[in-house]
Amino acid sequence: MKELIKVRDLNLHFKELHVLKSINMEIYDKTVTSVIGPSGCGKSTYLRCFNRMNDLKDAAIDGEIILDEENIYSRATDVTSLRMKVGMVFQKPNPFPKSIFENTAFGLKIQGKMKGSEIEGRVEQSLRDVWLWDEVKDRLKDSAMSLSGGQQQRLCMARALATNPEIILLDEPTSALDPRSTNKIEELCVELKKEVTILIVTHNIAQAARISDYTAFLYLGELVEYGETKLMFTVPKDKKTEEYISGKFG
Amino acid sequence: MKTKEFLFKYITLAAASLSILFLMGIILSIFKEGLPLFNDINFSDFIFGRKWHPTDEPADLGIFPLISGSIFVTLGALLVGVPLGVGSAIYLSEIASTNVREALKPFIEILAGIPSVIYGLFGMAVLAPLVRKLFNVPTGLNLFSASIILGIMIIPIISSLSEDALSAVSKELREASLALGANRIETIFKVVLPAASSGVISSIILGFGRAIGETMVVLMVSGGAAMLPKSIFSPVRPMTSAIASEMGEAVNGSQHFQALYGIAIVLFLITFLSSLLMQWFAGRENRE
Repeated sequence: MKELIKVRDLNLHFKELHVLKSINMEIYDKTVTSVIGPSGCGKSTYLRCFNRMNDLKDAAIDGEIILDEENIYSRATDVTSLRMKVGMVFQKPNPFPKSIFENTAFGLKIQGKMKGSEIEGRVEQSLRDVWLWDEVKDRLKDSAMSLSGGQQQRLCMARALATNPEIILLDEPTSALDPRSTNKIEELCVELKKEVTILIVTHNIAQAARISDYTAFLYLGELVEYGETKLMFTVPKDKKTEEYISGKFG
Repeated sequence: MKTKEFLFKYITLAAASLSILFLMGIILSIFKEGLPLFNDINFSDFIFGRKWHPTDEPADLGIFPLISGSIFVTLGALLVGVPLGVGSAIYLSEIASTNVREALKPFIEILAGIPSVIYGLFGMAVLAPLVRKLFNVPTGLNLFSASIILGIMIIPIISSLSEDALSAVSKELREASLALGANRIETIFKVVLPAASSGVISSIILGFGRAIGETMVVLMVSGGAAMLPKSIFSPVRPMTSAIASEMGEAVNGSQHFQALYGIAIVLFLITFLSSLLMQWFAGRENRE
């Protein structure tokens, strides 16, 4: 398995609070990796390290996250192009109050490198990738707000995919959705990993077991255990992991 | 207890209904005094007539110069007030730290509380002489000066309502934009402002209504000439100013008197339409 991202000795503080503690891990190319752990363990904060969304919150970060041979926290990194390479989907569907087309094209237009016809092509491709094209192709000009919650979340995925990222970060993407929409997003993740690496934070242990190749268990800011999902869910090495995945706490 | 509740309900209902009563009373009285004018002259001559000589024999009662005075002064005020008001709202809501915001906001609120006659004084005593010298024009009491003063007056209205609208845009939308590689400025202009557009537009319409209805400032600063302005430095006489300055001289029931009420009707219709428009925009957010 090829490594896409290497996390090296990552520490994060919010003022006095030590949120992430010396995390080391590799994320493998074209896989689904899930991050699980009880509420408040730092898993969302961890996810936000990969596209530097914690920069907004005055977080003190040391250590390295290496993507394409470059530390994304080095001074030379351009955050805009980093975020084109590392897409993100949030907990609550958050489409812009714009048309379906404008939502999907947003990143491309910010990038400003493509012509109108190319953008149209990418928009169609991204919407196809998330199985939304057939549902919306006749009403691309309609407001994204007219879509159902599940469709909105897939639109947000299409929006993240449009800039052709290497990895997309999903922050509990199904926690606001009904079971059917959740199913669809899960199937979609498995399908999408042919094209793009997926890092997903979930509080749903069964979801991690269903869709991910690798699982990381985070507890109180420490990476307790990380490995192949199959192995971790059958023979967890750590006692805490065993207790968490068997539902003893959470 | 029951009786008390009953009484309370109807006393407050009466208080609420009174404003409807006042509105009706005002509408009825301006129409009652103003409408008879149109037995003598026709409505379009009144609106589009180029001459306002109400005391001549026979009188010229065309209010087009007054309407254009009002409209030019108001547009000028918007040119000043919208960029400054929306700009300060963007700064306060999107850029300033909490401390700076809390320090700045009271100043803007004080600006809103200053009586308009003080704005007028400032315009007459400070701005007008400055404009006269700077641009070498015969009088500093003109369209330009009135626009600036009115523009400053409507900054707090536009700023505070726009700021509310901008602050109401969810954190999730901003994050979505940033996560797609947009920087802070792109996020403000491509996501936050469009999402808040209904509120920002209604704040501008409210500012418009305030500016077109303002009387004291234009009476003191606009110069008072009832003529079509030839340049931005021409003195003008907006509708409000005409009503306020001429009502004292007009003989009760005369044609001039009726014509001033006619102006009031036009002014009322303009502000009425603008508040309808504002409510439509304000409601648009909820409908979407």
